[in-house]
Amino acid sequence: MPSTFDNIATVQARIVSGDVTARAVVESALEAAEGLNDTLNAFLQIDRSGALQRANEIDESIKRLVKTAAAAPALTHGALTGVPIAIKDNICVRGLQTSCGSHILGDYHPPYNATVIERVLGAGAVIIGKTNCDEFAMGSSNENSAFGPVKNPWDTSRVPGGSSGGSAAAVAAGIVPVALGSDTGGSVRQPASLCGVVGLKPTYGRNSRYGLVAFASSLDQVGVFGGNVRDVATVLGVIAGRDEHDATTADVPVPQYVAQLTTDVKGTRIGFPRALFGEGLDAEVRTSVEDVVETYRELGAEIVDVELPHASYAIAVYYIIATAEASSNLARYDGVRYGFRAEEAHELRAMYKRTRDEGFGPEVKRRIMLGTYVLSAGYYEAYYHKAQQVRARIKEDFSRAFASCDAIITPTAPTPAFLIGEKVDDPLAMYLNDIYTVTANLAGVPGISVPCGVSPAGLPVGFQLLGPYWSEPALFRLGHAYEQARHFTARSKIHA
Amino acid sequence: MPITEADIEKIAQLAHLEITREQRLIFAPQMAEIVSYVEQLNEVDTSNVEPATGGLTPEGERTESSREDATAPSLGQRVALEEAPDPASGHFRVPKVL
Repeated sequence: MPSTFDNIATVQARIVSGDVTARAVVESALEAAEGLNDTLNAFLQIDRSGALQRANEIDESIKRLVKTAAAAPALTHGALTGVPIAIKDNICVRGLQTSCGSHILGDYHPPYNATVIERVLGAGAVIIGKTNCDEFAMGSSNENSAFGPVKNPWDTSRVPGGSSGGSAAAVAAGIVPVALGSDTGGSVRQPASLCGVVGLKPTYGRNSRYGLVAFASSLDQVGVFGGNVRDVATVLGVIAGRDEHDATTADVPVPQYVAQLTTDVKGTRIGFPRALFGEGLDAEVRTSVEDVVETYRELGAEIVDVELPHASYAIAVYYIIATAEASSNLARYDGVRYGFRAEEAHELRAMYKRTRDEGFGPEVKRRIMLGTYVLSAGYYEAYYHKAQQVRARIKEDFSRAFASCDAIITPTAPTPAFLIGEKVDDPLAMYLNDIYTVTANLAGVPGISVPCGVSPAGLPVGFQLLGPYWSEPALFRLGHAYEQARHFTARSKIHA
Repeated sequence: MPITEADIEKIAQLAHLEITREQRLIFAPQMAEIVSYVEQLNEVDTSNVEPATGGLTPEGERTESSREDATAPSLGQRVALEEAPDPASGHFRVPKVL
């Protein structure tokens, strides 16, 4: 039993053919999760009994099907049969605690599954636990969790990125082959880059947000982590698609992502936004990503110059719109219907205030207040309305750029992983980690981060591809072609 | 428009947050810095620009998302109260409004 996973298609095939039991695979993942949690703090909850029970059920159903067939047929089992998966703790799984990295949800156990969870379970996956994250997905380092930071498996004195730090670390350390996270301003792509794994944020409306605890409803999407592009494409194929529980999902057919995966990128036009490769970008990251451009040239892609003139305003737009939406979405945490309620409050409004003061951490409070401020009377026009107009400009920038290219390449993060504690006292410096990723959420376009190197200090670097709406197949093809050409095989110090 | 401590107090009221004096002293300069940063948007000419409301793609806009006005099973009272801090007689009980 390998402690790391080649790819989930191999794992699934071996389980479905009876070559290996789901139980053995899941037991292996559980041992790794438990064994590494003191070091990484990637998991807030590991569901040993539930995962093993489910693995046993899968093994039983495979045995039954084999017995009833004349000869062992091609068993049609789900694409994720027996595959262990980790879920960010802001996605609802029935019966498992969902904390969103916060104290304010107390001991909350959702009475329902998120749609993406129904779909991964329907495909046979085994959820081994819920991963640590920045509180309510607000952060770029996983240092805003009420339950302690996650450590980067490449260097445990450093952050894994955020907000989906736990999911990124779990895949990087080889505990699980794939994990779900959420991406509102880069919270899947940036930790993927800092942890040396693949991370995808799909087009807005590709996945259902039903059961994803809302942070900013016009920006949030469930995203996927994996050790390679093929595995990420496999999971997207399982979770994508229209959901009647989420009116913002689009009625766009889900392609056969894996079947369409080739390495042929000849003639693909890749946009290079030169202006984004200047000031503020770490020199090692710049060199790494420029090397990727050369690789694509060698593979026959055409590199074209593009401009995203309003990209420098993206952080400002994001921290107005996202905080405004968050101030509305987090109003529901008031101690009335679920979660934590402050004691010693004998009057309703005092109960609300004390619950929220005791339950929320400082970053969440900061963002709620910012959002409240920009929406308040007298300031709405100056901030929120203005931000929405600049958001429209950013969307236009992408439309214009995609008229002359099929995908745009950028770094994912401006630096490799930074030290724990390095940026916690400077919120604005922390926000600037999202400089390459927030544009995709504002415009609704898909983005994928793929590992492309390791810095001299031994820290992974990733590059990002952004594409037009619904261009996930092209992003997968480009990412896959790069992987096959360059074989990123470096492993983190801490791994299963 | 630099954010003052008085602004923070008012915002905290609106957001039902109880912010202590110590917290106010930390938050005020941080929020002032952030607000000052976002004010660079004033550099952008947005005359006659339709604001982008929401995140929908054109395909998302075209997707029919209404349904028949028919009842369907939902959580139900028992399940809905399972996580309540203080359920009572099928209700969410809360401290009184004074």
